[in-house]
Amino acid sequence: MQNYVDKTAPYTALVVIGGGPAGMAAAVAAYDDGVRDMVILERDLNAGGILRQCIHNGFGLHRFGEELTGPEYADRYHKMVVERGIAIKTGATVLDVTPSDEEGVAAYVTAISEAEGMFTLRAGAVVLAMGCRERSKGALNIAGTRPAGIYSAGTAQRFVNMEGYMPGRKVVILGSGDIGLIMARRMTLEGAEVKAVCELMPYSGGLARNITQCLDDFGIPLMLSHTVTQIHGKERLTGVTVSKVDEKRRPIPGSEIYFECDTLLLSVGLIPENELTRGANIGMDGITGGATVDQYRQTSLKGVFACGNVLHVHDLVDYVSEEAALAGSSAAAHLRGELTEGRTITLKTDGKVRYTVPQAVTVTENTADVTVYFRPSDIYRDVTVTVREGGVDGNVISKKKRIKVAPGEMETITIKAADLNATTADTLLVSIEESAKKGGNA
Amino acid sequence: MAITTKNLTCIVCPRGCTLTVTLNSDLENPVVSVEGQGCKRGVDYATAECTHPTRVLTTTAPTVDGGVVPCKTDRAIPRELLFEAMKAVNTLSAPAVVRIGDVLLENLLGTGANIVATANRG
Repeated sequence: MQNYVDKTAPYTALVVIGGGPAGMAAAVAAYDDGVRDMVILERDLNAGGILRQCIHNGFGLHRFGEELTGPEYADRYHKMVVERGIAIKTGATVLDVTPSDEEGVAAYVTAISEAEGMFTLRAGAVVLAMGCRERSKGALNIAGTRPAGIYSAGTAQRFVNMEGYMPGRKVVILGSGDIGLIMARRMTLEGAEVKAVCELMPYSGGLARNITQCLDDFGIPLMLSHTVTQIHGKERLTGVTVSKVDEKRRPIPGSEIYFECDTLLLSVGLIPENELTRGANIGMDGITGGATVDQYRQTSLKGVFACGNVLHVHDLVDYVSEEAALAGSSAAAHLRGELTEGRTITLKTDGKVRYTVPQAVTVTENTADVTVYFRPSDIYRDVTVTVREGGVDGNVISKKKRIKVAPGEMETITIKAADLNATTADTLLVSIEESAKKGGNA
Repeated sequence: MAITTKNLTCIVCPRGCTLTVTLNSDLENPVVSVEGQGCKRGVDYATAECTHPTRVLTTTAPTVDGGVVPCKTDRAIPRELLFEAMKAVNTLSAPAVVRIGDVLLENLLGTGANIVATANRG
């Protein structure tokens, strides 16, 4: 990668990689904190990222207090970018991010575009906002032929909503993530027959509201603990075999059901798109698939920040914008020399908390309260979320009761600055604990 | 008197509160009480859902140049009209150049709702 080090390349204070909701919100926040010399690099021909094909509504209730569709939400941020005169290069694909040993330069960012060919920028700070892509692994594990008619749900979404093509007429959907649920409704409204949504897990990974308004409204069955075990058809898909799975997610022989269909949509998860991050040898979290960051969303490479779905997959774009604004402001603070080194406290999790973001907290005299985002491993009811010093027997420095937590919905817990300053522990344990039973006849 | 309870998932926002609605089928407005809502909108949703369910329709409209433009109803319409509304929208021939908020169809099926563009195009 040393080929991309170009010490004669032009300096740009802030390079934002990705022009989706995360990249635009980060750029806007950095601008509002005084950064003027910056550029957003977007590989698509238009800014807006995946929101452009998410034509359903439900976006923006937290951020704007009104219900917007994806393109409308993207347009709000695009307007803010344009109003501020922030430079945005579309059709520009970043090829490489290489750490710098120059003072005041965080990394060399090399990109290629039709307009400019290949170019390198010496970036004072970088915000990684590349988003995520759909998991396709599910497809590889299914027996049978490989006919036409098998799409990822997002690909089908692009066909229907942007190109105006219907991928098929009789549909089975594997995976009950939000994109799968949204596409079940979309295909139904456009005249397709959606026969079933199959989910390997005993619960749906999608939002409860989407099960109501995308499946229940149209009488589409949600088959929990079921998966596709066989694909049929030579040229075009003619059907799929669906089997029930046991608690270890193994298909149960004899439970097979055959569905005649010409289309199978896969909605089996999203993977943060971190090739550039790995290329820069930035520390990664094996669970989130994104970089490890502190509360400023700074990665292990000083001056390089990450936010949005490239950091961890979010449920709501509103939270992406919030996190991206934090990363953008942090990049501005880094450029002003205000992000000083400090004591690092590592956040650990118990088995019930799948991951946290941030994964570490940097404590300095300026430390503010830290909001920790986390995802539960399973559905738990009547629990207390705790942050303890050290380990399971440690002193509780933050706690919060929850009636129900679920993997599909991100949770938060706040740690007070005073507690961070006071603690001498070098690790904090974030855990989900069963609430203590009340004594007597409560 | 027929008192029943029903559990609903509120769809007003992504928080998706679980609502418990107590219904009395003898009353003109059968909703006696609502519990579990995170905000007042949950009560309105539960009342509407148990009397006349409505939905905002989001879809795409064909454009004169053979493409599509994303659009929505600018207010919720009765749920039972969704498929009829789809037919009406799919026979539109929207201009090739549209801006967010442009009205593509007024007073859809007499509901008072307009179909408005939700993306800029051209």
